[in-house]
Amino acid sequence: MSMTTTIDSSASAIEPLFTFLSYALIQAELAFFKIPGSHVVARYIKSSHQNDPGRTVLEILLALFAIRTLLQSRTRADNGEKHFIQFSKKEIDELVDEWTPEPLGAPLTAEEETDLASIPVVSGPNGPRPKLANTGKQVLNLASYNFTGLAGNETIKQRATETLRKYGVGSCGPPGFYGTIDLHMDLERDIADFLGAEAAILYSQAFSTVPSVISAFAKRGDIIVADRGVNFAIQKGLQISRSTIRWFDHNDLKSLEEVIQGVEKDRRKRRGPVTRRFIITEGIFEKDGTIVDLPKLIELKHKYKYRLILDESISFGTVGRTGRGLTELYNVPATQIDLLLGSVANGLNSSGGFCAGSRVAIDHQRINGTSFVFSAAVPALLAVSASEGINILRNTPSILSTLQENIRAIRTVLDRVDYITISSHPVSPIIHIFVHSPSTTSAHTQHMLSNAPAKPSNPASPVPRDALSFDIVGEERVLQDIVDEALAQGVWITRARRLRGQEVVEARPCIRLAVTTALSRKECERAAGIIKAAAVKVLAKRK
Amino acid sequence: MPSPIALTSPPRQESIFKKKRSPSYLAAMRSAQSYLIALSEADARARVRDSASTTSTTVLSLSSSPTTSSEDTVLNDTPYDNSDGLAYPITPPTSEQVVSADHLQFGFCANERYRYTSAHKAGTKFKDAHEQDPPYYILLTTYLGYLFLICVGHLRDFFGKRFHPTFYRHLLPFDGYAPLNSDFDSFYTRRLKARIDDCFSAPVTGVPGRTIMLLDRESKDYNNTFSLTGTTTRGLNISSYNYLGFAQAQGGCADAVEEGLRRFGISTCGARLEGGTSELHVTAEALVARFVGHEDALISSMGFATNSTIIPALVSKGCLLISDELNHASIRYGARLSSANVRMFKHNNMESLESLLREVISQGQPKTHRPWKKILLVVEGLYSMEGTLVNLPGIMELKKKYKFYLFVDEAHSIGAIGPNGRGVADYFGVNPRSIDILMGTFTKSFGAAGGYVAGSKALISRLRLRGHGSVHPSQLPTWMDLPPSLRDGSEGRMRLQRLAFNARYLSRGLAKLGFITYGHTDSPIVPLLIFNTGKMCVFHRMMRARKTPIVVVVVAYPATPLVLSRVRFCVSAAHTKDDIDTVLGACDEIGDVLDLKHLPGERWPLERIMDNATELVNMED
Ligand SMILES: Cc1ncc(COP(=O)(O)O)c(C=O)c1O
Repeated sequence: MSMTTTIDSSASAIEPLFTFLSYALIQAELAFFKIPGSHVVARYIKSSHQNDPGRTVLEILLALFAIRTLLQSRTRADNGEKHFIQFSKKEIDELVDEWTPEPLGAPLTAEEETDLASIPVVSGPNGPRPKLANTGKQVLNLASYNFTGLAGNETIKQRATETLRKYGVGSCGPPGFYGTIDLHMDLERDIADFLGAEAAILYSQAFSTVPSVISAFAKRGDIIVADRGVNFAIQKGLQISRSTIRWFDHNDLKSLEEVIQGVEKDRRKRRGPVTRRFIITEGIFEKDGTIVDLPKLIELKHKYKYRLILDESISFGTVGRTGRGLTELYNVPATQIDLLLGSVANGLNSSGGFCAGSRVAIDHQRINGTSFVFSAAVPALLAVSASEGINILRNTPSILSTLQENIRAIRTVLDRVDYITISSHPVSPIIHIFVHSPSTTSAHTQHMLSNAPAKPSNPASPVPRDALSFDIVGEERVLQDIVDEALAQGVWITRARRLRGQEVVEARPCIRLAVTTALSRKECERAAGIIKAAAVKVLAKRK
Repeated sequence: MPSPIALTSPPRQESIFKKKRSPSYLAAMRSAQSYLIALSEADARARVRDSASTTSTTVLSLSSSPTTSSEDTVLNDTPYDNSDGLAYPITPPTSEQVVSADHLQFGFCANERYRYTSAHKAGTKFKDAHEQDPPYYILLTTYLGYLFLICVGHLRDFFGKRFHPTFYRHLLPFDGYAPLNSDFDSFYTRRLKARIDDCFSAPVTGVPGRTIMLLDRESKDYNNTFSLTGTTTRGLNISSYNYLGFAQAQGGCADAVEEGLRRFGISTCGARLEGGTSELHVTAEALVARFVGHEDALISSMGFATNSTIIPALVSKGCLLISDELNHASIRYGARLSSANVRMFKHNNMESLESLLREVISQGQPKTHRPWKKILLVVEGLYSMEGTLVNLPGIMELKKKYKFYLFVDEAHSIGAIGPNGRGVADYFGVNPRSIDILMGTFTKSFGAAGGYVAGSKALISRLRLRGHGSVHPSQLPTWMDLPPSLRDGSEGRMRLQRLAFNARYLSRGLAKLGFITYGHTDSPIVPLLIFNTGKMCVFHRMMRARKTPIVVVVVAYPATPLVLSRVRFCVSAAHTKDDIDTVLGACDEIGDVLDLKHLPGERWPLERIMDNATELVNMED
C-alpha cells in the first residue's frame, strides 16, 4: 500500500521533469534540423532503421564504444592504474618532505677531472700542424677529422666571407619558415649530383641527422636489422624509432642473411602483414674502421626486399677516387642505396649532415624529419663552404690518392708492431689501435680453430654470443699513456671517446688516428714512428 | 686568454654628433656603414671619428662607400617607390645622425620615444595570459571545413587509385615492399597541407633581417612541385627569429665573424673530447656563462641537439621528467631518448603542475613505488607558438617545496626578454643560479647558430663527459658569433629597448584593432588567431600580395590544436615603428575582409593606434 503511494508521489514529483525532457527533445530536434544537411542524416538513419533495425542498435553501440574509448584514453594516464595508492593530504605532505633527490649530476671523480683537463685545446686555427694552448707547442695532428685537408683552405674561406657579406651569419629560422636559402638548395643539388642520387636533404648537424632519418621512416611495428657494431648515433635512432630490432654479427653478412631468414620465417608463421623492413649499417665503421662489403649487402637487400640505410659519416669524402664514398669505392650506383647518410662536417669540413635517396623519400623527410623541421637551417656560409668543398674534391683527385698514400705509409709502420692490433680496413682513413692482449686472441683463435658450426648469437640482443671481455679502465689508462707519450714527442693522437654506460654494448677502448692529406708522407712516417715507439715503450713496460 | 674577436670592446667615446636626447645610443655605433647619398657627409665625419680613436681598422675598411656594399642593398634594386618606407626610412635621418646599418637589414629609427624596457614588476602577481575563445560559428565552420576537405580528399584518393595508379604506387605495397609512407599516414599531408603548400618553405636569399628577399616560385601541378620563376620579391620580414636584429651582413657581429673566419678557418675538425676543442670554444663558453649568470657553460653546434643530447645525460631510468605539454619537439625527443619516465602538465598551469608533483612524489615509481631518483622539470622561457612566458615565480615557489630540478629552455627568450636581455630570470628578477640548467640557442636573438647549456661548474663538467655531443664529431664551427650584446654594450641596450617597444606595440595594437592574440604582452612572438585554416592561407597570400609585401608565418594543425590556426609574428629590434604601423594597417584591412576581429572590448581605429603608440605601449596591463 505504502509502496504505491510513494510511487505515485514520486511520479507526480518527476512529472515536471518529463515535460521538461519532452520540451528539450523538441527543441533539440528543431536545432538539429537547423543544421544544414541534417535532414539527409535523419533520413539515412530512418531508412536504415526500416531496412534493418538490428543495425541501428549496432551503430548506437559502436558510437557509444567510440565515445568510451575516447574518454578512456584521456584519463588512463591519471590514476586509473591499478597500482595507484590513495594518500591523504597530510601523508602526501610528509612524503614530499621526506623525499630527497639524488644530485642532478654527480661531481667528477679525480680521475675524470684529470681526464677532462688532459684534452688539448687548439690555439688558433686547427689543421695538420696546429699549436696547442696547453703546451704552446706545434704538433702533428692525427686526432682531428681533417681527412681531405680542407680545413684552412683559402678558397673556401674566401667564398665563406663573400657569403657572409651577402647573407649575414645565421638563417634565423627553420627551413619551413623562410630558413631555406637558395644556397641550401644548391648544396642539396651538389650533394645529390656528386653521389649520383636523385635528391638530397641537408640537416643542420650530423649527429642528429641519423636518428632523425631513422625515426622518420621506421615506426613501431616495423623491422630493423642492424649491425652489432653501429655507432652511437644509429643506436639512438634505433631507440627512438621504437621498431622491432634484430641484430646481426658485426660486419658479418652471413649472419645478416640468417637473421633476415629468421625474421621472415617468424613473420610467415604469424601470418603478419608486410611491414617496412630496413637494414641499417655503416660504410666505414666508426667503432673499428672496418668496411662493409657493399655489393654483397645490396644483393641481400634486393633478395629479401629490405631497404638499406647506410651511414657513410666516415666514408663520405674519404674513400673512392674523388671521395664519393663507398659507392665509388665499389663502383655501385648510389641509387641502389635507399637512404644514404653522410656528414658534411667530417667529409667537407663544414657543418651539418645529409641524407640522399629517392625524391619521394627525401620529400617525406622535409615534413617528418624531426631535426630538420624543428631546427634552424645551416648558416649560409657553411652551406657555401660545403659546396666549395665538393667542387674541390671533384676537381682534384690527387687529394684522395695522397690520402691513401699517407694511410699506407702509416699502416706500413704500425701493422708490424707487436703489442697492438689494428682492426681498420687498409683503406680506412681512421685507424683503430687496440691493446693486443693474449686473452682476447686466444678466445678468438680458439673459436677459429675449433671451426665448429658456431651457434649464432641471439638476434634480439645486441650482445654477441662470444662477447670479448676486457678491462675497460685498465686498457683506457694504458692507451692514455700512449697518447700522452706521443704528445710529448709532438704527435697529437686521441683515444676514441665513448660514453660509458650509455652504449648498448660497451666498446673496447682504442686509440683512433685520423689520417689527413695535408701532412706530407715524411711527416706521416715520422708520426707513425713516434706512435710506434710510444706504444712499445708503454706496453713493453706493462708486461 | 681573451679571444681576439670576442672582446674587442667598442670604443666608448662620446660622439660630438650625438643627439641631445640620446648620449649613449649613438656613442656605441662604431661601424658607419651608410647607404644614403644624403648621408655621405655624416658618414665621412663618422669615419673621421672612428679613425681618430680606434685602433681597429676593420671597422674603417668596412665603412665603405654605398656602392660597394652587398648586392642586396637598395641601390641595386631598380627604381623604387618608397611611399611605404620599405627601402628608405620615411623620416629620413638628419645629417647629424649616423646611420649604422643598411635600412633593409636593420631599420633606422632614431626616435627615442619608441623605446621601452620590459621587466616584471617586482611584487606583482604573474598574470596568466587570457585566451579568448572565438564565437561558436567560427569553430563550427572550421570543423566543417576540415570535414569537407577530408571527404573530398578521400574521394580523390578513391578515384585517383583507380584512374592514376602510378601516382599512388609509392603509397601502397609494391613488389613486396611496404610503402615508406602509406596512403593513410600521408593523407593529411597530401590532401590538406598540399593545398596550402605555397605558404610554407618559401625559398629566400640574402639576409633575413628587417626585410627579406623571397624567390618567387610557381606550381603547375597543384603544389606537387614548385619551380622558381627567377624573379624575386622583397618583403617586410616579420617572421624570422631575429629578435635583436643581429641578422646583418654588416656591423660588429659580421666583422667579428669575418675576422674569426680569417684567423680560425671554418671548422674545428672533430668532437670536443677528441680533436676539436678550440680556444674559441673556451672563451665563448666563459662569455656565455657570464652573460646568463651561471658558473660554467657548454656550447654545441645546434640548439635542437643541445636538448636532445643533454637531457638524456641528465636523467635516466628511475628518474622522472616533467614536461610542459607544449614543449618543443627537441625536448620531447630528448625525453624519449633518456628512457626516464615522462609526465606532462597543462601548459604553464601551476595548479596542474603542483597536483602532478604531489601525485608523482607520493606514488613514486610506477609499480615498484620506489622513490624517484630525481625529478627534472623542463619548461621553456618563451613558448614559440603561444608567445606565453613561463610562470617562473610560480615555479621557483614550487621548486622550494618539491625539490625538483629545473631546466629552462631559453631558446626564444635569451636575448629577447628582460631589461638586460638575459632571459626570463632577468625579466622576473630571479637569481639565475637558482635555476639548475639554463639552455638556449644562438640561432634566434643572436643571429648565429648553435646552442648552449649553463649550470654549476660540477654539473657542466659532468655533461662534458656524458653529453652525447661530446664524442660525436659535430664540429662546432669556430666562427661562433659573439654578439656584442654579450658585452653589455649600449648598442645591445638600444636593440633591446626597440624590441620591447615593438613587441608591446604590435600585440596591443592588434588587440585594439579587435584581433584575438595569445601570449604575454612583452613577448616578441605575437600569435594572431585566425582559427579557420582556409582563411589562414588567404591571409598569408593577401599579406604577400600587398603593395608592400609582408612575409608572415602561418601555422596550423599539427603544430597547433586543430581549430587554432594562427599567424605568428616575430617582432624584431630591426623593425621601426613605421614597419609595425604597416603591419597593423595590413592586418586591419585584411581582418575586415576575412572577418577576423572577434575580440570583445574597446576598439580603436587604426589612426588612433598609430598616433598614440607610446601611450599604448606604456599603458599598465
Ligand atoms: C624551445 C626551442 N628549443 C630548441 C630549439 C632548436 O634550436 P636550433 O634551431 O638552434 O636547433 C628551438 C627552435 O625552434 C626552440 O624553439
